[in-house]
Order: sequence, then structure tokens, then C-alpha cells
Amino acid sequence: MSAFLRRLYFTAVALFLAAPIIIVAGVSVNVKQDLSFPPKGFSLSWYGQIFLDPGWRQALFASIVLAITAAALAVAIALPLAWFLWRRIAPWANVFQILGLAPFILPPVITALGFLTFWATAGFYGQPWTAVISHAIFFVTLPLVTLSLGFASIDRALVEAASTMGADDRTVLKTVVLPLIMPYLVSGYAFAFVLSLNEYIVAYMTVGFTMETLPIKIFNALRYGYTPTMASVSIFFVAIAALVFGLIARFGDIRRLLGALSSDGN
Amino acid sequence: MRRERPQSFADYTPLFFPGLMLIVFFVVPFSTMIAVSFFKRDPVGFYTRDFVFDNYARFLSTFFGGVLGFSLLLAIGVAVCCVLIAFPFTYLLTQRPRRVQTLWLVGLLSVLSLSEVIIGFAWSTLLSRTAGITNLFVWLGLMEAPVALLPSVWAVLTGMVYQALPYTILVLYPALVRLDPTLLEAARTLGASPVRAFLNVVTPALRNTLVATLIMVFVFALGSYLLPQILGRPQHWTLSVLITDQAIYQSNMPFAAAMAVFLVLISLALVGLTLFVGRRENAG
Repeated sequence: MSAFLRRLYFTAVALFLAAPIIIVAGVSVNVKQDLSFPPKGFSLSWYGQIFLDPGWRQALFASIVLAITAAALAVAIALPLAWFLWRRIAPWANVFQILGLAPFILPPVITALGFLTFWATAGFYGQPWTAVISHAIFFVTLPLVTLSLGFASIDRALVEAASTMGADDRTVLKTVVLPLIMPYLVSGYAFAFVLSLNEYIVAYMTVGFTMETLPIKIFNALRYGYTPTMASVSIFFVAIAALVFGLIARFGDIRRLLGALSSDGN
Repeated sequence: MRRERPQSFADYTPLFFPGLMLIVFFVVPFSTMIAVSFFKRDPVGFYTRDFVFDNYARFLSTFFGGVLGFSLLLAIGVAVCCVLIAFPFTYLLTQRPRRVQTLWLVGLLSVLSLSEVIIGFAWSTLLSRTAGITNLFVWLGLMEAPVALLPSVWAVLTGMVYQALPYTILVLYPALVRLDPTLLEAARTLGASPVRAFLNVVTPALRNTLVATLIMVFVFALGSYLLPQILGRPQHWTLSVLITDQAIYQSNMPFAAAMAVFLVLISLALVGLTLFVGRRENAG
């Protein structure tokens, strides 16, 4: 009885989470250019449009370049910081950790508006690279959290052994520490990548009038003219996210990343 | 390697790049925003430098009071709905085998990472007359003709619960998965039914976690900037939507900045409260 109720509850939550995605998937396979459900006919041509239509292709390209570079920059900021916090006793350096966590905790509009006023004042408003820096700062929290978890999981005796055998800091970092935290580094990059791909408000407030990323393009289509391509792009994004997180789960420990084990490594 | 205090200036080198980036591109923009909130609006450019309190004085209108009241109420509604759904769910999830948990976590993360634009689009389609869920009801014979379920405050609430639910589950997950299993065993040995054990043992044990989660989801919901715009009417706009609108469409950056500063203060106060509640939990 209780097993049945539990299954019912899980199914209800799953349906709630999946329902909009199912409808959008249905809309995306309409033959004609209308958004109807159940779909009239079946066609995958709207998926082709993502790559064939110059507007959508450019937006896709802009989004992917932005996500790849912003996530890389976020990791480049987070890695030395997390390493320093793990390696050294310097309580005041925790200020930087708080700064790294803040953009993610505050409502996104605030970070977005901060960047808008900053880039406008500095005179770089609308330059594509401002979006890269903005996204990197906005998402630095994710690699910072995963890398902190990674460093916390390192057995200090291993590092101790390496340095007793005569390895200096650099060698220890390269041959012991980096290989051990690699899975955490990759997941941190992946999280930042997927979220940057989907991010709207920061991108909109920094480069919204000069460059179209996919979320901006979808929003503009929402306002100025529906097309089933919006639906196919949305499904494409869901698929990318599921693929990336699926890979993390397959090759890493996603339960641990999400806090299933305490950070002291037990 | 033991943790050591930095010995020389060179030991601080790893901190240079991250520190510089975070100060230049987070602290400075943030301060710029605070400064701009005291500037004057410039209808053709972004702003003119000044030091006025006009932007803050505009808060004292009934219109702004209404928006603020609605934003807070909506965020409270979202937080309560999410925790009510997510708490029993997450508890049951942590009782499942690892494989099932992993599968759910992948799904939840995928939904959580969805762009607010996509969520808005998906729900506006789901609730629309032409492609909406009511078509399914008509097909099943439950309804006569399809109807549009939006724009309405319920559509906004549903969309925001959808957006915040995966977040709520993932916030609750660590606390529930690390819950001492002996607590539950003791309750079961003493003859409590599973439901009773959940209500009388698990829930009180995690009281502070629940309060902290409510506050975190509340802050998360305050940040929703598109859903009220896509799924609701103008009277359902929240503070976040209004900030975006003032900054982009009304080109009134100083007023937008003043509202943002106000939103920061509310959020910070609440995050501080969360930390305080969390500390009490760890101490007690």
C-alpha cells in the first residue's frame, strides 16, 4: 500500500517536471509552422532549422563560444583560489571565497544590473568579451564549490609522502594534486558550461543589443513571432544538459557532488 | 602536506589572479551600481552624476508598495509550495537505491539548469489554448472546448514552483541523505508507522533545515525575472521584473539601481538569517 502511494507520488512529481518538456517536444515536431499540440504530422525539419537558418545558427554558435570560454575562465579563477584555501592557513582569504559564492546566492538581476552599470561606466557596453567575463564571475561559484569538495577529499598523507620523497610544491601539484581533483575540475567546468549556455539575464544586460545568444533569441522570438524552432532549440538544450549531467554521473560521483557525503571525506 | 601559514610574499601568488578578477569584476560593479542609485536619470544616455535621494524616495508610492507586497507574497507562496512538495519527496528519494537516486539527480539538475526563457516558453505553451493541456482534456472527453489558462497569477505561481522545485530538492538532499538512520530505526522499533516516524521524528529533527530551506527558496523565487512577465499580467510583475524593465526598456538606470540595492538588502538580511538558523542547528 505505502509502496503504491510512494510510486504515485514519484510519478506525480516526475509528470509535473516532465509535462512542459513533453508539450514542447510535441510542438517541435509539427509539420507546419504552428505551435499546436498534439502535433499535426511529424517532422524533424525544425531541428534542422537550428543549424540551417543563419539567425539560429549564429545564436547557437555565439552561445557555445560564450559558454566554452566563460566556463574556462571561471575554472581559471576558481582553481588557484581553491588551491590556496586548501594549502594555506589564511583566514582573511575566506573573503574571496564569500565573494565567489555571492553572485550565485543573490538574485541574478542584481549581478546583471551591476555588470550593466559597470560596463556602461567603463565604456565597453555591448562588447562580446564583456559577456564572457560577466558569465565567468557569475558562475565562478560552481567550480569553486566542486573544487573545494575535491581538495577536501584529498588524503593529506599522500601529499605528505610526495614531499617527504623530495617533491617540491610544483611537482606535488602537477603529479599528485591535479590528477586527484581532475574529476571535480571537469564537473565544475561542466556545470558552469551548461548554466552559461542557458543564462539569459546577464547576457541580455551586457550584450543584449549587439549579440544574440540562444536564450536571447528564444525570448525575442517569444515576443516578436513564434516559430517551432524555439521548441526544437529548447529540446536540444534539455538534451545537452541531460547528456552532460549523465556523463558526470557515469564517470563521477554525482551524489557526492550534491552533498551526499560530508565534506571531510567520510 | 600540512596546511601552513604563507611564509613569504611569493606564497600569495595563487591568490593574485582570482582576487584581482573578483575585485575588479564583482566588487567594483557592485559599488558602481550603488553609486548609480544616487545619480540622476539621463533620458538620452545612461545617467548623469549627482547625489540625490530621488530614486529611493520613489519607493514611498502606493504603486511601489503594491509591487513589493506582491513580490514578497508570491515568493512566500512559492517557497511554501516547494517545501511542502519537496520535503516528503526528498525524504523518500534518499530511501531509494543509489541508482534511482542518481537517475533522479541527473533529471533534477537538467530541469534546474533550464533557462528561465525556456521554462516560460514551455509553460506558456502548456497553458495556452492552441497547444495546451486543455486540448488533452478535450481529447479525453473531460472538457468541451480548450481554454487558455494564462495570463493569471496561478500560471505565474505554477511556473515559479516548477522553476524552484528542483532547487528545493537539491538544497534538502544533503541534510536528508545524511540523516542518522538509527533515529528512524528507533522509531520503527518502538512501533511507529512510516508516516508517523516521518512526521514525529524526521520533521522535528530537521526543523531548522526546513526553515533555512524556506528562506533560501524564498530568495531564489525573489530572483525570478521573466516568468511573471511571460505568464502573468502587468499587475503580477515582481520587483525583479520591474528592475529589468526600468533598466532596459525605460532607460532609467538610477531607479533600477536603487531598487536593486533594496533587493540586495532584503536578500542579504534573509541569507544572514539562514546562516544564523544553520549555526543554531549545528550548535544544538
